Amino acid sequence: MASRTVSWLLARSISSSGPRSALLSRGKKLGLVSRGGIHRYNSTAAAAEEPITPPVTVPHTQLLINGKFVDAASGRTFQTLDPRTGELIANVAEGDAEDVNRAVAAARKAFDEGPWPRLPAFERQKILLKCADLVDKHNDEIAALETWDNGKPYEQAAKVEVPMFARLFRYYAGWADKIHGLTVPADGPYHVQTLHEPIGVAGQIIPWNFPLLMFAWKVGPALATGNTIVLKTAEQTPLSALYVARLFHEAGLPEGVLNIISGFGPTAGAALASHMDVDKLAFTGSTETGKIVLELGAKSNLKPVTLELGGKSPFIVCEDADVDQAVELAHFALFFNQGQCCCAGSRTFVHEKVYDEFVEKAKVRASRRSVGDPFKAGIEQGPQVDSEQFEKILKYIRSGVECGATLETGGERFGSKGYYVQPTVFSNVKDDMLIAKDEIFGPVQSILKFKDLNEVIKRSNATRYGLAAGVFTQNIDTANTLIRALRVGTVWVNTFDIFDAAIPFGGYKMSGHGREKGIYSLSNYLQVKAVVTPLKNPAWL
Amino acid sequence: MAKHSSNGSSDDLTFPLEIPPAKIRFTKLFIGGEFVDSVSGKTFETIDPRTGEAIASVSEGDKEDIDLAVGAARRAFDHGPWPRLPGAARAKIMHKFADLIDQHIEELATLDTLNAGKLFSWGKAVDIPSVANTLRYFAGAADKIHGQVLKMSRELHAYTLLEPIGVVGLIIPWNFPSTMFFVKVSPALAAGCTMVVKPAEQTPLSALFYAHLAKEAGIPDGVINVVNGFGPTAGAALTSHMNVDKVSFTGSTEVGRKVMQAAAASNLKTVSLELGGKSPLLIFDDADIDQAADLALLGVMHNKGEVCVAGSRVLVQEAIYDEFVKTLVEKAKEWVVGDPFHPNSRVGPQVDKKQYEKVMSYIEHGKREGATLLTGGKPAAKKGYYIEPTVFTDVTDDMMIVKDEIFGPVMVLMKFKTMEDGIRAANNTRYGLAAGIVTKSLDTANTVSRSIRAGVIWINCYFAFDNDCPFGGYKSSGFGRDEGMVGLQKYLQVKSVVTPLYNSPWQ
Repeated sequence: MASRTVSWLLARSISSSGPRSALLSRGKKLGLVSRGGIHRYNSTAAAAEEPITPPVTVPHTQLLINGKFVDAASGRTFQTLDPRTGELIANVAEGDAEDVNRAVAAARKAFDEGPWPRLPAFERQKILLKCADLVDKHNDEIAALETWDNGKPYEQAAKVEVPMFARLFRYYAGWADKIHGLTVPADGPYHVQTLHEPIGVAGQIIPWNFPLLMFAWKVGPALATGNTIVLKTAEQTPLSALYVARLFHEAGLPEGVLNIISGFGPTAGAALASHMDVDKLAFTGSTETGKIVLELGAKSNLKPVTLELGGKSPFIVCEDADVDQAVELAHFALFFNQGQCCCAGSRTFVHEKVYDEFVEKAKVRASRRSVGDPFKAGIEQGPQVDSEQFEKILKYIRSGVECGATLETGGERFGSKGYYVQPTVFSNVKDDMLIAKDEIFGPVQSILKFKDLNEVIKRSNATRYGLAAGVFTQNIDTANTLIRALRVGTVWVNTFDIFDAAIPFGGYKMSGHGREKGIYSLSNYLQVKAVVTPLKNPAWL
Repeated sequence: MAKHSSNGSSDDLTFPLEIPPAKIRFTKLFIGGEFVDSVSGKTFETIDPRTGEAIASVSEGDKEDIDLAVGAARRAFDHGPWPRLPGAARAKIMHKFADLIDQHIEELATLDTLNAGKLFSWGKAVDIPSVANTLRYFAGAADKIHGQVLKMSRELHAYTLLEPIGVVGLIIPWNFPSTMFFVKVSPALAAGCTMVVKPAEQTPLSALFYAHLAKEAGIPDGVINVVNGFGPTAGAALTSHMNVDKVSFTGSTEVGRKVMQAAAASNLKTVSLELGGKSPLLIFDDADIDQAADLALLGVMHNKGEVCVAGSRVLVQEAIYDEFVKTLVEKAKEWVVGDPFHPNSRVGPQVDKKQYEKVMSYIEHGKREGATLLTGGKPAAKKGYYIEPTVFTDVTDDMMIVKDEIFGPVMVLMKFKTMEDGIRAANNTRYGLAAGIVTKSLDTANTVSRSIRAGVIWINCYFAFDNDCPFGGYKSSGFGRDEGMVGLQKYLQVKSVVTPLYNSPWQ
């Protein structure tokens, strides 16, 4: 039952990207068969094994500026590490202010003088479709790079995320020639219309938890609407973006339209956010950094900023819930991607009638979660992305224990090497505990008990965040009440983590500004120009 | 009148016959994913308008065949995967379909030239690549069909679902067999409908080829069915079928009336009609005369005048009228009549004998009614259905050549004084499909654009069709719009879903 639900969820995410059987066969091409059985977290055998050699070599480590791979102006590099071992994958060119300047200049020139914004939208569409086709063609290498750099299960990258990446670009390709201004009614004899124009040079800063999907969420709408881009990747995960950006150039993207800067937030990121020649900034990351980005936008040229930040999303299991299904879904909502999801269902509210049964089953489910080398088939959970995250999570776990929450399972590192953390479940969590308030961003489930609907609404909303929520009930009135009462940007009812290209995503409150994906995302990258001219003797108004 | 052999008079001229670069592969009906004979076993001959001779025998569909095709479409809609696929999955198959068309451009262009006398060079460069792009446009729309969540006046939650309307009947004209096929089929596919297509009896060949490619692309059986045949038999059966949910028709105003009557008399299926026109092109005093003359000739001579939006009434402001006429007559010579497979030809034969005779009879009418024949007016060859590009002037509002849609390379040229006169003359028609304006004045352009009762206005251009640009008629030119996101609407039903809401924190 349990595994069926998860595979259904995965299938749901990939269903639009092609026949499932084709996707499922992809792993085999690379010879990724499981070496021995799948290890549960409480087995120590997994960590003792040698890590599987990733079936890919690192193709690009330089910055991508004006269509060319170049070293950083300073000549400096930084290390990107394998989270399975903490060992070096590659030395990557480290971009700083000067590199951002060069990239912005290239993007500026490509916007002001280059073909991209001047192409008929239909031609932009064709190039974006070609980009998607090339990504499909290199699905497995891209997925392998993503897993190597990030630690996420290879099967998740290869069967869900890379196909979803291609799907997102096909979606945005379809928008390119359907971006409509309006003709507008006037109070007098005037002809009025709005032109939806590209905003210009977009600065985009993406996180490390879904390096490719965050690339697609940002680059897709910006390109469809005719903008040029400087994208800063997360320093933990620079590799996959460089690979796909090269493919985009092969697909016909003109030089200077998409520039990629690897580097750190305080240097490259800050230079981009405060650049006077960047017309718009989009950031996904922590709430703390989001505040800095917004300040830099305000201090420099008042560039509009969209932010997709942290969350502490409630997952509400109502009294009528089928407990087995609820446990599986709540487990998926929290543990997916090693718990490194901004919208993770990290506060599991369970109605008191089903609470005890739920806790017991959640514990069993978490202890059965397969943790190990993400390149191994059947693995559900790989390592956390880096030592900083790893240490932070362990610190929160200790805090949970110290505050008196009941540690049902997990609570330690997994193995002795790399950044693996045991799937961890706390019960008897109280609203004022740190583990109930802060975004942990790891495989730590906090289960809280509630009595009635009004109470759970109040407690769910008692957070500075407002990114997402899960609601588990078959009662239509309960569902409708919760849907409207929760102050969050996405409510998943009897499902979780559905990220179709057309579904907008974004936060209330300190989870951010603006929406990504869907038709809503286009407006982030468009200026609206009203055009007014008098009408002489019009036949009608 | 210029021809390939410029010194020959039209009376003794026969164009040397070019060899078509491809052969005919499909001549049966396409029902439920298979090419089948008609139930009656009957066939009809399809004619090469260059010679008037038969090029193939094509299965002739009638009521029984329509029943089978509608049955297949019904099953594909009620039980098949097509409407149940995510829009993105439909889009993927449609993109594949478009790619397959790109791989067969020459063969498809050949079929339309052979069947309709259309210019092969134009088909290869414009018409066929464009239909692939129409498919791509609507593929991109398939995952962007949004309903709305509604603002109710009480504690109710409500939203609209845009559902595929069901089985649609698509009746395609012969003047743009490929373009019109995809103007209708693409949005219907995107919406998730299944369909029965009846191509015109003059031009069944490319439609059958498209059916073959659709299957190859992975469009499930029964989603697209093609039944060749005639209007009074197959067409009537389709429009009056009780199991067809919607009919989209492009053709003459007279037949459009019958389609609507049949729908009313049967199951009240919704109908959209794209019918005839007598579209005006207004040329103002400030126009660039060269550009205006080029547009005027393009507007009515393109596709030998067999265009519903043809700018068949050219209205010229008096100050430039004389100079315009001189330029026009000179430029008319550039519209070379000849074998449509020949790269130098700009005007091919009319589609069939009936059209040829109809156009010739209008020309005779014009002469009898006292209009002045400025150029043309005669058959352009001894064999086949070629007619010289023809321009009449000194016409009056009550002449048949001013009032009726001729659907041939025949322009009527008129003079007007003020903008108001021009607008009045332009609107003095039962039609309202398109209009052109040639002016440098922003105010003139804006005023005239709003004043003309027509579905599309082209300012300093003509035939500026685009996949994102809705197209359709006012008045007796029909109703409903093809193309653009608006073009999707007619293949969708709107369902409102309402449920009570308790304790909502906002309304």
